[in-house]
Amino acid sequence: MRCDSCGKSDAVIQLTQVENNEMRVLHLCASCAADRGVETETQQVNEPLADFLAQIGKGAGEGPAKGRCPACGLTASQLRQTGRLGCGVCYTHYDDHLRSLLRRLHGGSKHVGKMILPADPEDSDRTARILSLRRSLQKAVDAEDFEHAASLRDELRRLNTPDQ
Amino acid sequence: MREATSLSNSGLEWLAADGPSSDVVLSTRVRLARNLESHRFALRSDEAEREAIFASAREAAERTRSLREGTVLAMRRLAEPTRRILLERHLVSKELVGDGEREPPAFSGLFLAGDDSLGIMVNEEDHLRLQSLVSGFRLREAWRRVDGLDEELGMHLRYAFHPEFGYLTSCPTNVGTGLRASVLVHLPALVLTQEIGKVLQGITQVGLTFRGLYGEGSEVVGNFFQISNQTTLGKTEEDLIDHLQKIVQQVVTYEQQARNVLLRDARTVIEDKVWRAYGLLRYARSISFEEVMNLLSGVRLGLGLKLLPRVRVYTLNQIMIFTQSAHLEKLAGASLSAGDADSYRASYIRRLLATEEAPDHEGNSQ
Repeated sequence: MRCDSCGKSDAVIQLTQVENNEMRVLHLCASCAADRGVETETQQVNEPLADFLAQIGKGAGEGPAKGRCPACGLTASQLRQTGRLGCGVCYTHYDDHLRSLLRRLHGGSKHVGKMILPADPEDSDRTARILSLRRSLQKAVDAEDFEHAASLRDELRRLNTPDQ
Repeated sequence: MREATSLSNSGLEWLAADGPSSDVVLSTRVRLARNLESHRFALRSDEAEREAIFASAREAAERTRSLREGTVLAMRRLAEPTRRILLERHLVSKELVGDGEREPPAFSGLFLAGDDSLGIMVNEEDHLRLQSLVSGFRLREAWRRVDGLDEELGMHLRYAFHPEFGYLTSCPTNVGTGLRASVLVHLPALVLTQEIGKVLQGITQVGLTFRGLYGEGSEVVGNFFQISNQTTLGKTEEDLIDHLQKIVQQVVTYEQQARNVLLRDARTVIEDKVWRAYGLLRYARSISFEEVMNLLSGVRLGLGLKLLPRVRVYTLNQIMIFTQSAHLEKLAGASLSAGDADSYRASYIRRLLATEEAPDHEGNSQ
């Protein structure tokens, strides 16, 4: 069976969602499932925060989690102990780990709500466009208009690729 | 804004019990977590930084329509009983006021609008926690008010914001919208009919969470439950609010159905329970706050079922707030030992309920 979302890969996961009292079943490929925050691994961890915290600094993830946050100096072990971030830069510094945690905590890692536009008007246009596309994408998926969703997703990908 | 070190009856607008579904829903609260871009979060900030955050927040709040005429309460400048009163009115969190021996965090404060229902906690877990607290089931109104304040503040402050993660917060459970909306509901009939387990389980399956009256980790007292959104990222504020609105509306309907079932199948038992609760509150000579909360639940149910025509919901809300220890001591004008508090509490309740029995209130059934 093909993935209901991208229509390309094989569906490996069946996602049952209850929204507004209606049950909906989607068949998704691993990558589309991950986009919606569904873990394709077999077991779901009950305590995602604790699990995430346990992983930091174990050396499991390569990259930035090893050092301190360059802005506030928060170390991985301090983050593990408190479960709190030290400043806005921590979100970029611990980005890789946070992304998967946020998916598990919230079911998604992309903000679609109110926003603040950056000062640079070109950047601001792009951010506004991205956020509006994300919202439209969510609506299209909710309405099961997957064709439209796919084209929105492609446009988002283009926008997310840094300009040459 | 005016700096104050005491408060009269601030923050009690929600006691009015005039909102929709007020026989089941006591109050609605919406809060937004915000941090300032150029400062470290609470965990890493030192005293000088917290002072700067307080000053920036105050300056911005002075420029907003809703807070310009409001009050500034600096926690460390308040006497301990005053801080407890704020806590008992649910205007501040335990983190903001410190508890017992522990002093409040440096430069923590509360900005309160003139009309009470809107405020900002400063230097709590996040730099700013904007909140709106209204009577009854009025999620959209509470959201609209807090959103308006956020828009105004956002013109004068640079919030920590990430294009993908949204508004950045100290704890990753709040990131994104930073929005937590919660509705305080009274569900005695679902508890009595033992349906409550199913309802609460259902709530957690649709991305919501519940807790007791006094916030995170608190026990369920007097059949009160706070239902709120669990997730803050990946949905718009409006979607989060609408979802909560729909589910709470359903819970309210279940509760009303359960009340009808009780009335139909166990009328005598319920009438007896309600009147006994009323009788104890009306005539007891010494009573603990926990007992008051449990009895109030019975009386509140009686009001909802129209079995107790002479008592007003407002009076019950008043008892619930003013018989807590700090409020009681303020009324008594002295600190009270546990035993004294129990008897003072009982006499306060007797007096309040006696005025309700005065002939100018409608209804005279017995």
